[in-house]
Amino acid sequence: MQALGLEVLFKGKNLVRLLGGLGVALKISLISVLISISLGILLGLLMTRRNALIRLVLRVYLEIMRIMPQMVLLFLVFFGTTRALGWDLDGETSSVIVFSLWGTAEMSDLVRGAIISIPKHQYESAEALGLSRSQMYFYIILPQAVRRLIPLSINLITRMIKTTSLVLMIGVVEVIKVAQQIIEANRMASPNAAFGMYLTVFLLYFIACFPISVLARGLEKRWQ
Amino acid sequence: MAFIEIEHLEKTYTSKSGDTEALKDVNFTIEKGEIFGVIGLSGAGKSTLVRCVNLLEKPSAGRVVIDGEDMLSLSERELRLKRRDIGMIFQHFNLLMQRTVLDNVCFPMEIAGMKKKEARVKALEYLEQVELADKAKAYPAQLSGGQKQRVAIARVLASRPRVLLCDEATSALDPQTTQSILQLLKHINEKYQITMIVITHEMRVVQQICDHVAVLEYGRIVESGRTKEVFDDPKTEAAKRLIYTHEYTELESEGSGI
Repeated sequence: MQALGLEVLFKGKNLVRLLGGLGVALKISLISVLISISLGILLGLLMTRRNALIRLVLRVYLEIMRIMPQMVLLFLVFFGTTRALGWDLDGETSSVIVFSLWGTAEMSDLVRGAIISIPKHQYESAEALGLSRSQMYFYIILPQAVRRLIPLSINLITRMIKTTSLVLMIGVVEVIKVAQQIIEANRMASPNAAFGMYLTVFLLYFIACFPISVLARGLEKRWQ
Repeated sequence: MAFIEIEHLEKTYTSKSGDTEALKDVNFTIEKGEIFGVIGLSGAGKSTLVRCVNLLEKPSAGRVVIDGEDMLSLSERELRLKRRDIGMIFQHFNLLMQRTVLDNVCFPMEIAGMKKKEARVKALEYLEQVELADKAKAYPAQLSGGQKQRVAIARVLASRPRVLLCDEATSALDPQTTQSILQLLKHINEKYQITMIVITHEMRVVQQICDHVAVLEYGRIVESGRTKEVFDDPKTEAAKRLIYTHEYTELESEGSGI
């Protein structure tokens, strides 16, 4: 225990504080993921339209979100908007905005890919049955697209959860920040705390993300 | 007046690399209750032609008249309703994989607003017609190709169509299964008086069920008439090539005992 620096975990309220930090990280991810999935499906559907202008705008948005490091986006939204627009956004709100913007962009591209991978005869068959456009998407195209989407979007969701570790840079106290605080506070008494605490953080992330992978695998199997 | 009239039908695809004329001045008429075959090599424009009948493809010029109604004059909504009157089956069956056989047959009836219970009763009747009532609870993945096509036929019957378009409906099936599907098509043609357009590259399909046949080559109908007449005395090169190649392979397969 001494060598690994795990004993600090059980001092005072340290464990509860860590879990609280994880809670903040998961709250930000969960809200962003929900927003990203719904908006991503919408934008993804729009991206399959023939309208060149819509496609260009969405393409530019996607590329910006892909190329820009998430940290720069966080700084831009948290600090940038305060100076430029006079908005007083708190850290968590800024984080949700940034992760939703990023997640929506990534998700829309996944949705677009899944939809264009549906063979043409599926559309023709739906039309030949006399389905309207919305019925065709609702009954025929989306159920098949969702199936192709599951593994890809699970990957995106876990990436989003992991990337929330960046929000400590704009002063949000999430799990890594709490771990750092605990390590700092115990620098003299437990010099090895860094190892133990980061190991714990690793395990916490694992516990948060693993069930999502299991769920995804289960869904994939059931739908085969 | 004929039941289906195709007049001066043209279809041109425009792309950056230039225009492609898929159909050129196609004309034919089909009487009610008739089975009309369209035969040609791949790339001849058969699929485009059949898609122009229910407007999955919009013709560039010409008229498509079904039972006195000009298809091109219909609004989007009217066209959707009309399409329930014009069934279509495909090479790829296109069943809903996550639904049972019964639910697949119920699907178009539910979309059309029929009550679930009523739809199930009807669906079972149609499944009986295609001799698959015992598979009602099965999923498409558990069926063979021929059985899947039977489900697709039951589903199309559920819309009570007056016209049925068959786009290479037997092309993914082995010869025996093809036989049984053709018999089934003939049976429903007689029982429900459904007018059919059968698109195929297989001579035997035309020979077995079509009353009239049109030979399509490079987007043009080069020869048409009663099936027997065209087969006994093909006038054009294209028709001769299709028919004699067929007879040759037929002899060969008989000789080798297949």
